[in-house]
Amino acid sequence: MMISEKIAIDHGLNKEEYKKICDQLKRTPNITELGIFSAMWNEHCSYKSSRLHLKNLPTKGKKVIQGPGENAGVIDIGDDDAIVFKIESHNHPSFIEPYQGAATGVGGIMRDVFTMGARPIANLNSIHFGSPQHKKTKNLLRGVVHGIGGYGNCIGVPTIAGQTSFDESYNGNILVNAMTLGLVKKNKIFYSKAAGLNKPVIYVGSKTGRDGIHGASMASTIFDEKIEEKKPTVQVGDPFTEKLLLEACLELMAGDSIIAIQDMGAAGLTSSSIEMASKGKLGIEINLNKVPCRESKMTPYEIMLSESQERMLIVLENGKENMAKKIFDKWNLDFAVIGKTTNSKKIELYFDDKKVADIPIDTLVENSPMYDRKWKKIKLPKKNKIGKEKFKNLKITNVLNKILSNPNICSKEWIWQQYDHTVMADTILKPGSDAGVVRIHGTNKAVASSVDSSANYCYAHPLTGGKQIVCESWRNLISVGAEPIAITNCLNFGNPEKEDNMGEFVECVQGIGQASKYLNFPVVSGNVSFYNQTKDKGIKPTPSIGGVGLIQDYKKIITMDLKKIDNIVLVIGKTEGHLDQSVFARDILSQKKGPPPEINLFNEKNNGETVLNLIKKNYIKSAHDVSLGGIITAIAKMCIKGKKGINLKKPNYLIQQFEYLFGEDQGRYIIEIEKNNFDKVKEILNKSSVHYDELGIITKKDIIIDSKSKITIDELSASNKTWLTNYMSK
Amino acid sequence: MNSSVIIFPGSNCDRDMDVALKKFGFKNKMVWHDEIELPKSDLVVLPGGFSYGDYLRCGSIASKSKIIKSIINFAKSGGLVLGICNGFQILIETELLPGTLLRNKYLEFICKNVFVKINNNENNYFKNIKKNTLEFHIAHNEGNYFCSDSQIKEINDNNQIALFYCNENGEINEKYNPNGSSKNIAGIFNKEKNILGMMPHPERMIDAYLSGEDGSIFFENLVNNLKQ
Repeated sequence: MMISEKIAIDHGLNKEEYKKICDQLKRTPNITELGIFSAMWNEHCSYKSSRLHLKNLPTKGKKVIQGPGENAGVIDIGDDDAIVFKIESHNHPSFIEPYQGAATGVGGIMRDVFTMGARPIANLNSIHFGSPQHKKTKNLLRGVVHGIGGYGNCIGVPTIAGQTSFDESYNGNILVNAMTLGLVKKNKIFYSKAAGLNKPVIYVGSKTGRDGIHGASMASTIFDEKIEEKKPTVQVGDPFTEKLLLEACLELMAGDSIIAIQDMGAAGLTSSSIEMASKGKLGIEINLNKVPCRESKMTPYEIMLSESQERMLIVLENGKENMAKKIFDKWNLDFAVIGKTTNSKKIELYFDDKKVADIPIDTLVENSPMYDRKWKKIKLPKKNKIGKEKFKNLKITNVLNKILSNPNICSKEWIWQQYDHTVMADTILKPGSDAGVVRIHGTNKAVASSVDSSANYCYAHPLTGGKQIVCESWRNLISVGAEPIAITNCLNFGNPEKEDNMGEFVECVQGIGQASKYLNFPVVSGNVSFYNQTKDKGIKPTPSIGGVGLIQDYKKIITMDLKKIDNIVLVIGKTEGHLDQSVFARDILSQKKGPPPEINLFNEKNNGETVLNLIKKNYIKSAHDVSLGGIITAIAKMCIKGKKGINLKKPNYLIQQFEYLFGEDQGRYIIEIEKNNFDKVKEILNKSSVHYDELGIITKKDIIIDSKSKITIDELSASNKTWLTNYMSK
Repeated sequence: MNSSVIIFPGSNCDRDMDVALKKFGFKNKMVWHDEIELPKSDLVVLPGGFSYGDYLRCGSIASKSKIIKSIINFAKSGGLVLGICNGFQILIETELLPGTLLRNKYLEFICKNVFVKINNNENNYFKNIKKNTLEFHIAHNEGNYFCSDSQIKEINDNNQIALFYCNENGEINEKYNPNGSSKNIAGIFNKEKNILGMMPHPERMIDAYLSGEDGSIFFENLVNNLKQ
């Protein structure tokens, strides 16, 4: 086939990029080479629009063993143990085929983690759907939940936490972000950097089929009405094979025969082989006839671009092939020596004794396009003046019921009950808590993890929104008694070629960077997903932050259920009553304008560290961070979980009641303490200059708001628990 | 006491079971499905998971594994065989236990704590357990026990029902049936009561800080009964 500019454009490349390819090669590429370029240079693999901005994120810290650039980030949790973790998007495939899209998202991120030698110990996810009224939402939600469960449950890794939201901006483009944590010994971490000449390159796992060809390019384009036609580009997952691959890889990794290992994720054999060679500054030679294929007559183009799942590429020490093969035979997996490392610094492919590709590696990686896209700064919106008359006709208990049954706040038990969250028998805190917690097997240590995003805040003001999510992640970890260590981010945005969308990206990343730097909460891994929009409508900017923290003794974790009648409940952090962008303003007052709550990083850090200090001193009996829906929503959830009530006190300063109870000011926690410790707690709070308010005293079963308003926990619990179940059963 | 946990490709509760058995005093060995002979055992456990990816039918491919022959012989000579979750499905596919396990009634995977009532404690598994109801944990997609009316009558007459799903007070009612099982059945024995298959996972309930501790009661009691 003669390659023309038109064919290049059909591959998602633009004119300039095609010219750049021809210039670098000093000739026209053949079809296999063009396929390789299109796979390596698309947004998903090359980060061409985002690289410039991601460079500014803080990625280093005392406990960071490996930052971005590897299959996943690695942090030190003491005693030679390390946690490997990363979050990744699988948005586009999940919209086209929700079950397989979500399932292979989970499979892909787990492979990223066990590629580094770690056994996965926990999965999390952040999933976002269109309006509940949209005709596709229900089926997409059901399919995605089944897919996540179908894969994770089968592998036998607990799904310990997650986040689900609904917003009409996702009507035509849902988000599915999957995160995995793995455990590894510090001296047994495996990397993807090839080293040494003439080392055998080994292919293991499933056979290569025609599924998923151009998956990564598909993920880098905008959806239109013909998107259904792209179904064949969605990969098909087989969790059983992945379980075998996991066990076989860990068995091989117990020895010392592996030089480098890389999973075949997006852009399959192309990106895995090129990345290993690139990191090692080597060349790689592959005989494509040796690649185990599922279907007959596959062409070099198809073999290189297939995204068949459950495959790995390994560079092995010479002479270890037979030993390694035995392990993969035991697990009934394919094992083939398909090539070797060379000093050519090129990727050279052979098929039927002919050379079918010959490309210098640096043209595909270092010299790939990088764009400084135009972007627009977004001004902080003006604050709304909400007149007193707006509150007049509102009954506080009705508002509370409505907010607790809001799709974005209600209990997601219908979802997480379908995920095995207890397999591996180390789950200390299951979904529905501030963070999930799993014990480090056989020790007293535990890791806490949560995943958060705040699309409304990010949409209203990306810089503030970016900061806010990092802070929320930090608060969620502290609320369970964990010391926050590091984060991974999944940056879901619209079209980077549009100034507005690019501006949202740039400023969210700036916000994330500022907060993670200030809180010493570095970014160690992540992924960017652009082009999340249908036709002209972009999604709200939705960065998801996955935070990880350490608990020294799992017996000392803090949960959010209220513990004992007569205990005192405090709100840590100052409540100003910020209503703009709150659930109350948006859903009760239908007021969607205005700035998100302001982030004060000093207070955030000070409040968080003080709460951790109180936890260490054993003063805190239960805790919960204050987020969507404000104080009253947070305390209602604590009451529901603890099956107890509370008698609320008025704050000792002048503030409108709705603003006090529903305001979404940041940096706040609710904590329960014993009466006889109150003086000591006050002393610590005063010494650290932390503002607190007495929220009330724990009672038997009602929330008594004031002399006029009172509501039973049973009623609140019903409001909170029924919405999703009813919605899904209709 | 010696125990053996069989590992099939796709088993994923094998380690959890190993931990639980050792915690309560068993000397446990892990046995690969490809072995022909069982090590000397007082108890053989088929753990939970997705043997062979649950392809074809849950447990069906595992039931043809090499090790199964010696498990059948062991069971027929009176040896104790315990199948949990996927292990229960395998025992049914080997026809060591009657009936079948269908997909859950609402066609969804269920992971949660449940209460089960002990129906028969004249056997090594439940003898001497003082509580009538235990809090266990379930995590399955195909746990909906089903058999014909005549089979139900037979297993009832032979006192083969081991556990019923119930509430915390031991009340057996369709309301407390998580998956649609006939008669709320959560576990059954063979006629001789040396083989037990059940959907709940006691091995996930051996720490108060995890899901709960009623699994500890189960294992502690089992090891004590075997010592007698």
